[in-house]
Amino acid sequence: MASGTKASDTKPDHGIGAAHDEHGPSRRDFITTAALGWASVGGALALWPFIQQMNPDASTQALASTEVDLAPVKEGQAITVLWRGKPVFIRNRSKAEVEAAKAVSISDLSDRSARNDLMPDSAAASDQNRTKKDNENWLVLVGICTHLGCIPKGQGLSDQRGDFGGYFCPCHGSHYDTSGRIRKGPAPRNLEVPPYEFVSATKIKIG
Amino acid sequence: MSDHESNYTPKGAFAKWMDDRLPLMRMMHGQFVDFPTPRNLNYMWTFGGILMVMLVAQIASGLVLSMHFQPSAAAAFDSVEAIRRDVNYGWLLRNIHAVGASMFFLAVYLHMARGLYYGSYKAPREILWILGVIIFLLMMATGFMGYALVWGQMSFWGVTVITNLFSAIPIVGEAIRTWLWGDFAVSGVTLNRFFSLHFLLPFVIAGVVILHIWALHVVGQNNPTGIEIKTKSDSVPMLPFAIMKDAFAMAVFMVLYAWFVFFAPDYLGHPDNYIEANPLSTPAHIVPEWYFLPFYAILRAIPNKLGGVLAMFGSIAILTIIPWLDTSNIRSAKYRPMFKWFLWAFFFTVVALGYLGGKPAEGSYVLWARVFTAYYFAFFCLIMPIVGLIETPSKMPRSITDAVLGGGGSMAGAAAAAAAEKR
Ligand code: HEM
Ligand code: FES
Repeated sequence: MASGTKASDTKPDHGIGAAHDEHGPSRRDFITTAALGWASVGGALALWPFIQQMNPDASTQALASTEVDLAPVKEGQAITVLWRGKPVFIRNRSKAEVEAAKAVSISDLSDRSARNDLMPDSAAASDQNRTKKDNENWLVLVGICTHLGCIPKGQGLSDQRGDFGGYFCPCHGSHYDTSGRIRKGPAPRNLEVPPYEFVSATKIKIG
Repeated sequence: MSDHESNYTPKGAFAKWMDDRLPLMRMMHGQFVDFPTPRNLNYMWTFGGILMVMLVAQIASGLVLSMHFQPSAAAAFDSVEAIRRDVNYGWLLRNIHAVGASMFFLAVYLHMARGLYYGSYKAPREILWILGVIIFLLMMATGFMGYALVWGQMSFWGVTVITNLFSAIPIVGEAIRTWLWGDFAVSGVTLNRFFSLHFLLPFVIAGVVILHIWALHVVGQNNPTGIEIKTKSDSVPMLPFAIMKDAFAMAVFMVLYAWFVFFAPDYLGHPDNYIEANPLSTPAHIVPEWYFLPFYAILRAIPNKLGGVLAMFGSIAILTIIPWLDTSNIRSAKYRPMFKWFLWAFFFTVVALGYLGGKPAEGSYVLWARVFTAYYFAFFCLIMPIVGLIETPSKMPRSITDAVLGGGGSMAGAAAAAAAEKR
């Protein structure tokens, strides 16, 4: 035994923190460290349910998809629907708006990623990557400013649509273009394109 | 003051019996009756007591409000309206609580300004000061979550904007945000947990307040001269001297508080919060409660999301290290001819940021917010360290007694005097 020699004759061993001698850590040091280590593992494990309970539960995650009929939305009109508690902007863009969106070169954008949930982050922020082929007039976006979460203006007919003709967030002044890409202001990212698909010619399913 | 002994003498058999078992009265007597307080304290020293009373007022009124409040997205707004209209005296209790939050912040800002002006953050009061900053942070969290409970438009969008701040954190930000919400957007789930935390935090504050006062009573109070108590004639017992002064200031403060409660309960709030929360429409102009405006202005002054968030949290976090940023060993700004003006400019800056935070984030408002934000940080990072090194302090009294009674003579070199002060 390393301990139990001279050092402990003069200095009685009271447990935790005691019993160091010239032979290095004692058996008691080992037991103390191991016990504290094990107790902290247990403590950390016990903490997990207390943290995890705050995340969205399965029933919230299950409310995942919404179907939307596009037939009543004429060119130049827009509707807003709710998906997972978030507003989704659906716009039937005019020819001019589509042209304007396509004309922008990627190098002029501050966020060059498509931000399309169905594409990898590396996809370029071209208008093609943010819409569906043959349905380029339809722009579908999560209507939440990527800055701090306000709902940008631009869906209503009389709304201010910002310097780039798309959306304008009045909270801290972010301007989005007709493809929902950030062009000016504090927002860091383009408006997100949610996962959606055309289930028929005039119907989409979001989520 | 840690060496101050209570001169409590138990009166009667029960008091004596108790004193041998739990000397609570002895401790209270020593700390709050015959505790030596500097004889020259001015009215800026009364806000600590006022803050304690405000905490009790918030806990008492909050407790009774919670007996009527319903923390769900469907019922919260209506239950607050019911409190205002139907519950017996609900209008009064709600006003006491809502106005109380504002008065609480008013008092804490004055309390902190006092600390900055008289150098109360300097050795040996660093821990005392840091505990104060922690209380301030907890108060901000409590006030923010309380405002959310009303579930009006400003509540909802304020929560949205502030919780979204966390999404600026690289990599884990979005996960943290969802965790805070408990949903994919701010919802009734969020409201429910905010209610729990809003109920809990004031008691956490009360706990930290006890540590704050403990730390205060170990090192003793600072005073307008910034010179420590040296002799018996420098101090007076807390009761009746300091307590009476506190009581008078409190009465004046309560008049102001009551005036708002009875005559202008909504003056400090925003009318949009009487519109029920609507997740589909953001108000044209989101503003937080007035007491958060300076920090909101700093957030918006930086044209980058992560940068803005860091600047906003940094503007509060930096307060914890000012005991080490300030290089001067003179405590009171009264004897610091240069620093004094920079400090007044700082106070002006905070008020100006508060004004700008309430304006739309455009044009010259943003420009000015940037100028003042720059000064805010320069004050702590440049002015505090540099001025302390280059400034020549003005003539200081020899002691607190001299300062009060005008007993003449300066110390040979005020800086030397203050150096002797340092423990
Ligand atoms: C540090 C102390 C506290 C602060 C700063 C504070 C702050 C606030 C604020 C700003 C509001 C919104 C008022 C409004 O605009 O109507 C509020 C509401 C509320 N608070 Fe507190 N509070 C505190 C302590 C408490 C405590 C201890 C409780 C419960 C025991 C409580 C329960 C409530 C309830 C139920 C509401 C919603 C009803 C209402 O809006 O009047 N509060 N609080
Ligand atoms: S939330 Fe849209 S600009 Fe800040």
